[in-house]
Amino acid sequence: MPKKAVVDRRKCAYCGACVAVCNLNANELIETYLEIKDNCNGCGICVRTCPMGALSLMEV
Amino acid sequence: MFDVVVVGAGPAGSMAAKTAAEKGLSVLLVEKRQEIGTPVRCAEGISKDSLSRFVEIDRKWIAAEVVGAKIYAPDMTEVVLAEEMAGNEVGFVLERKIFDRHLARLAAKAGAEVFVKTTALGFERTEGGLKVKLRRLGEDWEVETKILIGADGVESRIGREAGIIKTLKMSEIESCAQYLISGIDIDEKYTYFYLGNDLAPGGYAWIFPKGDKSANVGIGILPSLAKMPAKQYLDRFIEKVGVRGKIVEFVAGAVPVYGEISTAVTDNIMLCGDAAYHSDPITGGGIANALAAGYHAGVVAAEAVEAKDYSAGFLRRYDERWKSDFGLKLRRNKKLQEFFLKLDDATLNRLARSISGKKIEEMSVQAIIMELLKTNPSLIEVLKDFFS
Repeated sequence: MPKKAVVDRRKCAYCGACVAVCNLNANELIETYLEIKDNCNGCGICVRTCPMGALSLMEV
Repeated sequence: MFDVVVVGAGPAGSMAAKTAAEKGLSVLLVEKRQEIGTPVRCAEGISKDSLSRFVEIDRKWIAAEVVGAKIYAPDMTEVVLAEEMAGNEVGFVLERKIFDRHLARLAAKAGAEVFVKTTALGFERTEGGLKVKLRRLGEDWEVETKILIGADGVESRIGREAGIIKTLKMSEIESCAQYLISGIDIDEKYTYFYLGNDLAPGGYAWIFPKGDKSANVGIGILPSLAKMPAKQYLDRFIEKVGVRGKIVEFVAGAVPVYGEISTAVTDNIMLCGDAAYHSDPITGGGIANALAAGYHAGVVAAEAVEAKDYSAGFLRRYDERWKSDFGLKLRRNKKLQEFFLKLDDATLNRLARSISGKKIEEMSVQAIIMELLKTNPSLIEVLKDFFS
């Protein structure tokens, strides 16, 4: 099953770490709002980089 | 048309905007957040010298002054670095919320236009320079400029869109979490660093005093080596060393530990600060190099406008400036980081014991290495690159 990163907004501290490591520019930080775009391929690098554990992979 | 558009109002961007504006250029400084300086993503430590090179020190944004550092090996063996000369403060812990705003105001005072809540979406090349696409309060806005300075942080879009930098790998970025803790009982004259592969894989934990019994207590880890998120490592560290006090603020962030990039420019574009991976690969410190890079970029922008030459070839003057300023240190400390990453906890303990109790009278990575070499001559072979 293909996967995609999802953010738990209650945990996200909007630091931009996930934006920095995304090869596809799928993560965008709009002020304090993290947007994960449809081109996310579920590689999971941002999930492992997030200091807060706010990201996870979900089957789509 | 602007001479310079600067994206990002952190220390690098504001310093670039200030410098360029002081030299008479028309400058636009944009910041995507509505408030400059928040949320803070930083431990806020900087040496006094690297700060006073570029800014007149103002007590308003100094949270604490420190005279030394205490470093702890995994078995808590202590290594103390202390400036012996009384009254000669060697380190500051800043109040970035105030400091960053102060710098942005200096840029504004120098004549730069400052727009907050304004995001740079990208750019297009035009006949005379660049068209920068901005989004301000939800509305699209395009401005033309001769030079674009990307000071847009570790998540820099400009650097990647321009093809100057590659996306960081998980082994090239520190994932960080930090609490501001109130009511902490420490000697506020020191900063504290804790090492250990289990405690903070690929990084370290820190306690930086912020005055009035408060401190930044944080941790940075390499995601490639970590088994859980930074916040969990931080909670475990606090438990382990018995830090007491109340958490009054929470901070998360990421720091590039890449080393020196080959160039920070392309036609019409310069990158500075974290956007150019200018932060120190071993300490993670980024403010000093960001200020220096911003200054150099501002100076070169003025030279380019004067010469009407915005080509990469001309802008390489900026590369020459920042590289001769701190490029060597980035290269050297990247090698050192790679050396330290290979050490297991037993070796860290042994090395710390070999220099514990020695008088190290300078608060620097270099001073520690020199002391290690004195007591462990066998390291010379391993560390010879450090001196080449």
